[in-house]
Amino acid sequence: MRTGGAPDVSDVRSPGELGELLDRQDYLADEGLVVAAFLALRMGRPLLLEGEAGVGKTELARTLAAVLEAPLIRLQCYEGLDGPQALYDWDFARQLLHLKAAEAQGAADAARLETEVYDRRFLVARPLLRAVETQPSVLLIDEIDRADVEFEAILLEVLSDFAITVPELGTIRAERPPVVVLTSNRTREVHDALKRRCLYHWLEHPSFDREVAILLRRLPACSAALAEQVAAAAGRLRGAGLIKPPGIAESLDWAEALLTLGARTLDPGLAAATLGALLKHREDHEAVLGGGLLGDLRA
Amino acid sequence: MISVPETPEPGNGRPGPARAGTPRDLVAVMTGFARTLRAAGVPADHERTQSLLRALSHLDATRPRDVYWAGRLTLCASADDLPRYDRVFRAYFGGRRAGRGRRAGLVVIRHTAVPSGGDGGDERPARVASASAAEVLRNRDVAAMTEAELTEARRLLALMRAGRERRRSRRFGPSRRGRLDGGATVRETLRRGGETARLRYRAHRARPRRVVLLVDVSGSMSPYADTLLRLGHALLRAEPRATEVFSAGTRLTRLTAELRHRDPSTAMDAASAAIPDWSGGTRLGEELRRFLALNDARGATVVIASDGWERGDVSLLAAQMARLSRMAHRVIWANPHKGREGYRPLTAGIRAALPYIDDFVAGHSLAAFEELARLLGGAHA
Repeated sequence: MRTGGAPDVSDVRSPGELGELLDRQDYLADEGLVVAAFLALRMGRPLLLEGEAGVGKTELARTLAAVLEAPLIRLQCYEGLDGPQALYDWDFARQLLHLKAAEAQGAADAARLETEVYDRRFLVARPLLRAVETQPSVLLIDEIDRADVEFEAILLEVLSDFAITVPELGTIRAERPPVVVLTSNRTREVHDALKRRCLYHWLEHPSFDREVAILLRRLPACSAALAEQVAAAAGRLRGAGLIKPPGIAESLDWAEALLTLGARTLDPGLAAATLGALLKHREDHEAVLGGGLLGDLRA
Repeated sequence: MISVPETPEPGNGRPGPARAGTPRDLVAVMTGFARTLRAAGVPADHERTQSLLRALSHLDATRPRDVYWAGRLTLCASADDLPRYDRVFRAYFGGRRAGRGRRAGLVVIRHTAVPSGGDGGDERPARVASASAAEVLRNRDVAAMTEAELTEARRLLALMRAGRERRRSRRFGPSRRGRLDGGATVRETLRRGGETARLRYRAHRARPRRVVLLVDVSGSMSPYADTLLRLGHALLRAEPRATEVFSAGTRLTRLTAELRHRDPSTAMDAASAAIPDWSGGTRLGEELRRFLALNDARGATVVIASDGWERGDVSLLAAQMARLSRMAHRVIWANPHKGREGYRPLTAGIRAALPYIDDFVAGHSLAAFEELARLLGGAHA
């Protein structure tokens, strides 16, 4: 590993080394995730992360970008996302202006006009093209399960050879493939063809010890006692059959809310007042407040 | 809570990774591992095995933990695969061979009725000839049908073409009015050599609305479950990309992939084999909670086919129905008993669910299924 400057992908020699680099960015990953990220870097394969909401899937991409000092290019998926929004789009207004100007000058050579109008400068790069053109870069394709099945076909093409073909312009190819992280909350099954392009990792909720370590690292003002209480409570709530069990993101929010109110340890009054940071469903609040689960929180 | 899995510590009896001295041995050991995984139902095919070997070239193939993670990352495709993977890994590298064969603990109960029973021999069973006979069959309770009638009913069911309510899609198509279509306008202008052309427009296209069918396969529903799953097959065939089918009882199971086959009996065989809880109890509330966690209900028309004999907590069912009614576009409940003379919604499950149901229909005969299909086509009761 180089001592100065950003580490290159090929500089990271072992999973342990990558774990250390992630740790330096305050991302405490367990062994499986570190090996997954290491292989994604070394094999140049996209990494598909599945897991409950709030277990740190998106955060990993952000941290990898910070480690490699590469820009993070994010594509948030949603129903109806299609090619022009993900790959590239032509800047029609400027194209029309160009045509009007050419017309005004009396240049009527159709063939020449066409090559002029479909020039790279009129092309608006959307996230996927931007990732192909930017080196190095980390491409985060967030919540792929929200996009339509059709969109996965587009993605498959790009992730197979990291090249994008613009019919009017030709093929734009990445010299070095970007680091790609896909996340899915598993609201639907991602198509198998896409999965086989990727390394697959199922991200669990962190263990108690790791959660305490993460809380202490991310919130320096947090006392060890509070961190342990928050982690224990979050862990218990995850087993309580709630609609939305809290992830590590929620327990961080909750601990921060408690700290903001000046809490040193967890007491039932404060816990009830700040529960909104941890649980985001009315039914869950009722279950916790009414079902006596809150009493457990003190323990 | 999902616990963080401990990496299985391989024992030292087997051709463990530590013994794989030469790359050739490694290939043989890993190929055998992949084969065992395939037998256990993990999709560890040739291509994925190649990935595993490539991954191992970046790691230390003599370290069991490296082998564990490299295999898990490359050979598994879903969270469902992970327990099987762990089991096979432990067995293959830990001394015992994994049991050859299907997924353990899954009892396959074939529920499809015997096709064309003994009385007809090889002949096609009593084909319903006249229109009036067909009409009788249409209104006959499925549970009271003879084997021959059932066969005919299934044939008619497979032929049923279910239309689908449309919803506005996010995608655009050319249109006479709507928003300006920049791309098409530029191309049109170019075609005319730069001369300002007619402006082109585009508008949102329409897509079929998704339908999710939940079929109760508990004991009290067993006379109807087979036919209802066939209805699911017909719906799925009509709109393959906008239909999901689940069985519910004590273990919610997604049957969409199994029912995708064109041939109804092949599809039904696959579905029967996949359902782990035929003719068991019903915990609808719990099943709905699991279903809602999948987020499949959002914006869809959800059809629950059940008699509402809830064995679990009725208040849980009510809470989940409330949530479902907020997430789904429409909630339809099809109850086979509703078709009976003098039916009144008395079971606790139905009474808890009723306030959250948009359409409460019967589900006992072909005519009732046609009515249901009409509702899915956008008609409102």
